[in-house]
Amino acid sequence: MRRTFKAALGAEVAGLALLAGLASVQAGSLKIESWRNDDADIWNSKIIPAFNKHYPDIKIEFAASAPKEYNAALNARLDGGTAGDLITCRPFDASLALYQKRQLDSVDAIKGMDNFSDVAKAAWQTDDGKTTFCVPIASVIAGFIYNKEAFAKVGVSEPKTLDEFHAVLEKLKKDGTYVPLVMGTADQWEAATMGFQSIGPDYWKGETGRANLIAGKEKLTDPQYVAAFKEIASWAPYLGSGFQAQTYADSQNLFSLGKGAIYAAGSWDISTFRGQAVFAMGAFPPPQPAGTTDCYISDHTDIAMGVNAASKNKEDAKKFLEWLTTPEFATIYANALPGFFSLAKTPVKVEDDVAATMVGWRQTCKSTIRNSYQILSRGTPNLENELWNVSAQVVNGKLTPEAAGKQLQDGLDKWYKPAK
Amino acid sequence: MPRAKLAGLLLFFLGPAVTIYVLFSIYPLVATMALSTYTSDPSGARSFVGLANFETLLGDALWSKPFWNAFGNNLIFFAVHMCVQNPIGIALAGLLSLPGVRLKGFYRTVMFLPTMLSVVIVGFSWNLILSPLWGVAAGALKAVGLGSLFAPWLGLESSALVTLSLISVWQFVGIPMMLIYAALLNIPEELIDAARVDGLGQFRIFFHIKLPLVLPTISLVSVLTFVANFNAFDLIYSVKGALAGPNFATDILGTFFYRTFFGNQLQLGNPTMGAAVATVMFFIILLGLCLYLFLVQRRIRRYAF
Repeated sequence: MRRTFKAALGAEVAGLALLAGLASVQAGSLKIESWRNDDADIWNSKIIPAFNKHYPDIKIEFAASAPKEYNAALNARLDGGTAGDLITCRPFDASLALYQKRQLDSVDAIKGMDNFSDVAKAAWQTDDGKTTFCVPIASVIAGFIYNKEAFAKVGVSEPKTLDEFHAVLEKLKKDGTYVPLVMGTADQWEAATMGFQSIGPDYWKGETGRANLIAGKEKLTDPQYVAAFKEIASWAPYLGSGFQAQTYADSQNLFSLGKGAIYAAGSWDISTFRGQAVFAMGAFPPPQPAGTTDCYISDHTDIAMGVNAASKNKEDAKKFLEWLTTPEFATIYANALPGFFSLAKTPVKVEDDVAATMVGWRQTCKSTIRNSYQILSRGTPNLENELWNVSAQVVNGKLTPEAAGKQLQDGLDKWYKPAK
Repeated sequence: MPRAKLAGLLLFFLGPAVTIYVLFSIYPLVATMALSTYTSDPSGARSFVGLANFETLLGDALWSKPFWNAFGNNLIFFAVHMCVQNPIGIALAGLLSLPGVRLKGFYRTVMFLPTMLSVVIVGFSWNLILSPLWGVAAGALKAVGLGSLFAPWLGLESSALVTLSLISVWQFVGIPMMLIYAALLNIPEELIDAARVDGLGQFRIFFHIKLPLVLPTISLVSVLTFVANFNAFDLIYSVKGALAGPNFATDILGTFFYRTFFGNQLQLGNPTMGAAVATVMFFIILLGLCLYLFLVQRRIRRYAF
């Protein structure tokens, strides 16, 4: 049926085949597939030259697609046999499916894989944890970045608890100079990723809750999940006017122009703000709900790299993967892209102060990954997609927190039957 | 003409077109339909399931709800085009064809210009224009005293779809305008002159003489609009993404198909189910076209001059 599939994609694949064919015949050259088109400069000017110092004969081309299209384009290219040699891996099922289709090779034999903890590798392993198919590169942390000037002007300091957080927002709103909290719901995912998944782990106790959810011992209708939705619902009065139509790019601009005080952030935003914002920035972890002592952060394993099973140049590809496990790469990557934190065991010194602050939370808080990512987004309806929609609706005031939990759990119940 | 020569000529003139058409239009279509009768397991192996995908798509609430939601939104999308784009196109064509309008070429070009822009640019620009943060829409409304009417239209369930439809209308109004304009120019001067001698003003000439004569073109435009609208995808995708928010208020068959076939974020693509969606879309368009051919096209009288 391979042929039928190809035909459905028609001329597009044929065209790509031609291009990729031309690019891949040259021996000693590798092509990297990635969704990080924002980073092309860094790969070309810093990472690849550093690798070439060790292996001057291996030519590497960084060929990124737009993040939105990456999965679709990559799958089409892999099915059509025209994909690059090195595949940047999304965490969990998207990559697992590629491994199961035998489109990714196992990387267990690569030297240096012991430089990663089990947690770091978990996102790119088979469910039984026996085989790893991508070399972990980086994780991202969710939290809040704030404008230090705004805080000084209004006379507030970093909030530790949610009560303090609301007091800060209230003060900022009264002052009126700044949009108190910068987040929009037009693209939907911010409300889920920088809202629900950012402040939520404190309610569901990070990995404990995540594991219970997968085991079926907790439900998304339980109070801890509804409470997280209640919290993000309470943000609406502090968001900018017309936040329902505010896109992610709008939010980034609003904050980097100095018009917003607090930005519901992912650490990946740091490099964008470093290039644009002129004011001093700080960061604080998700404020804790009343009555909790331990703190949790969403420290999400996000990027890894594997080798295309159909690559004609696996030897060189493996040399590159091996280099990805070295502290040298980790240091270059973490400092070229502040906010993407190395997953390697060897400590990496992060120069950027905001990035250093965020990665420092790992010392005081427990890390967890987004609860919709492993296993729970395998079926239809897809929990992650549902979560985007539902979280945005909760912030928009179109769905009550209770109804949100119910919609998610109902969707999950339709296909997910955990062993009890 | 000897038969062999005729066959040779047919092959020479039709051959290349037929080959390309079969290769790139008919074969993929048939292949898609064939694909929709299969299902695939995690390892990528496919097995034949007959019409099971269609049963799931139309029978299982999990699939049928978003499907009919997308279909309904598509109807609204089409209705807005029919009620706004085409009348405006006809009106503009009518105005342009009036004798004595100056700068005709200029207007024609300006109105046709958006049609040639990339949809992504159109989506991006309108996103900015209507943005509650930096858009000019809020300021412009305020300047004429209507500031209270402004809302984040692209972000509200109630208005997002109509707003996007109107953006699409703005972009593509040039096409009906040009087609009808060309038809209007084809009307012989004698007819218009006769009407003028009979004492009709421009307005009545348009409604009683010109409009009936361009009806076949208008129906052609309607069919083109129908096909284009039910195949639409790019504008919604570029403005609202594949999840077509808020709460799927702007989801149309095109975005629904994209999510199904290619997947979205953590949702993996499902080519066989996607092919089923594409097949149903094809039949919807086919049905619409057949209805048009049998109910409308056969009744249209064409005037030969």
